[in-house]
Amino acid sequence: MSRTFLGMPPFPKAAAVSTRNARLRANLTRATHTIRDKRARAVAELDDWAELRQSGREIKDRTLRHLDHYLLQAEQAVTAAGGTVHWAADAAEANRIVADLVRATGESEVVKVKSMATQEIGLNEALAAEGITAYETDLAELIVQLADDLPSHILVPAIHRNRGEIRDIFRGSMARWGRPAPEGLTDNPAELAEAARLHLREKFLRAKVAVSGANFIVAETGTLVVVESEGNGRMCLTLPETLISVVGIEKLVPSWQDLEVFLQLLPRSSTAERMNPYTSLWTGTTPSDGPSNFHLVLLDNGRSDTLADQVGRQALRCIRCSACLNVCPVYERAGGHAYGSPYPGPIGAILTPQLRGLQNEVDASLPYASSLCGACYEVCPVAIDIPEVLVQLRERVVEQAPGHRLERAAMKSAGWLLDHPAVYSAALRTAGKARGLQPRRLPLPGPAKAWSDSRDLPVLPERPFRDWWNRRDDRNHGHTGKDDAAR
Amino acid sequence: MTSARDRILAKVRAALADVPPGPPDADPPATRAYRTAHTEATGPALLALLAENLADYRAVVHQTTSARLPELLAEILRAHGSRSVAVPADLPPEWLAATHDMTRLIDSPDLTAEQLNGVDSALTGCALAIAETGTIVLDAGPAQGRRMLTLVPDHHICVIRADQVAASLPQALPRLDPTRPQTWISGPSATSDIELERVEGVHGPRRLEVVVVSGRPQ
Ligand code: SF4
Repeated sequence: MSRTFLGMPPFPKAAAVSTRNARLRANLTRATHTIRDKRARAVAELDDWAELRQSGREIKDRTLRHLDHYLLQAEQAVTAAGGTVHWAADAAEANRIVADLVRATGESEVVKVKSMATQEIGLNEALAAEGITAYETDLAELIVQLADDLPSHILVPAIHRNRGEIRDIFRGSMARWGRPAPEGLTDNPAELAEAARLHLREKFLRAKVAVSGANFIVAETGTLVVVESEGNGRMCLTLPETLISVVGIEKLVPSWQDLEVFLQLLPRSSTAERMNPYTSLWTGTTPSDGPSNFHLVLLDNGRSDTLADQVGRQALRCIRCSACLNVCPVYERAGGHAYGSPYPGPIGAILTPQLRGLQNEVDASLPYASSLCGACYEVCPVAIDIPEVLVQLRERVVEQAPGHRLERAAMKSAGWLLDHPAVYSAALRTAGKARGLQPRRLPLPGPAKAWSDSRDLPVLPERPFRDWWNRRDDRNHGHTGKDDAAR
Repeated sequence: MTSARDRILAKVRAALADVPPGPPDADPPATRAYRTAHTEATGPALLALLAENLADYRAVVHQTTSARLPELLAEILRAHGSRSVAVPADLPPEWLAATHDMTRLIDSPDLTAEQLNGVDSALTGCALAIAETGTIVLDAGPAQGRRMLTLVPDHHICVIRADQVAASLPQALPRLDPTRPQTWISGPSATSDIELERVEGVHGPRRLEVVVVSGRPQ
């Protein structure tokens, strides 16, 4: 059983436990900086990046403005190609549909390709409750699952684990899930990858049902696209008899030609590659090649609510490249778990509260988990103005319940930021470059001024923050990332 | 009770109250000011670019002519120590004309993943290749077999003809048929999930060898 994000503490609390963990912090810093630099080089190779980005943005906006049309078009195309389309208004409906489809096959196991949509709906837990075991097959997801842990980064979910920990996790847990780790397994990454290959191969060969997400659905052709590196995606999409893909309704692109934009934007933004090792595209079913039963579950789960906000709707352009995480000074210090959902970092801060509707303290605190430096907007391949949406969401938090516990939770997030001078100096450096991108209402002459000047930020509760921040050193030792993050 | 489909569509339409009703074409088309290619190379220069980008992502690249292809394929299989090779039913027979003493598994709907798991190599052609990104595209078309053929064995040899090379993604897409199942391959499978250290080969073939055939008789 893997954990869920339900019941996570609000941002400042969760960030506090993460920042206390020196190893997690060091791993994150190294990782985010490495990916960030590589990405910048990959993007610089294309002198028409700005034009690609503009097209990506416009194509997605057009899709969203006519989403009902494109959904129906995709439904028709997938059905015509031999697939079955299901619609799920929320997580419970989607989980019900998938569980029923699996049960109808008579199987009690499924193999899974990494999918954020299925994490969002807690599919693995829902299947477990029905006696169905879901095996994660992405290496990082496997590590997370074997460790009974939570992912912390969109692209490299086990970024908070280092090689020694991973070896221990494999040695300790592989046997419980299937083929045990090889004798004498060391912490050499190639050996660890080999252990994962052997462990999962037997599962791929016997799997009858696979569950995936998709990076894109082409409305005009009904084609689904999965972008990956390891080949676990190909295994899941090709070998089983039944394939169930759970995909958010915002993942559509209108035409086949549009892939020329997104398959240039995504790999370079995400893994900093000209092209990722494997991309699978399929349209319905193909006789005697791949699954003979294909089910597409179109998931709303708050997306249509997000669409209703004319400023916030741009969050639905997101192609989950994770570039915004890697440049975010707050993410780097707070860690992915602090965001309390499968969507961490800047995109999580604007997506989660909109999908879930600002109902609880986590969601209300997220729009404040940012210094509004604008670095996320600069790198976003579909030009989502994350600071603009954050400001809008802050207004919603304050308007919705002034003086309420939600607002207090939000203020604590802001306080966490003020207590991290390094976040601000990083923010300022970026702001120098991105000043033109700042929302007008929040000029950035200096960090404190920006905060105190903005009308959506009341006086900050200074003391309690100082208290926990000062106490943090006493507890800085003897914590593992897992214990900290899961609390 | 209305169906989830109707409820979702109704919510989406309500959320889009600010959008004037009408088909998407009422909106101006998305601008496409990006390049159709980032290279002007053609002919041998384009093949060289493809080879360079494939090699950059750790594929092993061979360049040859059609006359020498059978010899080269035999050599590659020998060097890999292969004793069995899986091939599509419509593999051009001359490709393996110089390969002897090798078990051949011919792809068919009856060939199982379990059987392929015991095969040393897979040999196929491709639908096309993209020079700029170092990508080969398989679409289960001529000389390619089903998708699992190039997935389960640990060694994939892929033959590309010069006329199959497109410069860029925008030039490749119109040549591909969306109704066919496609696998785009850019180097062997890889992971960077452990401390961001790149490891080649997780689940797909750990060794990818690409043979670019210039077609000019030698
Ligand atoms: S918001 Fe933009 S940068 Fe962040 S994950 Fe989404 S597409 Fe990538």
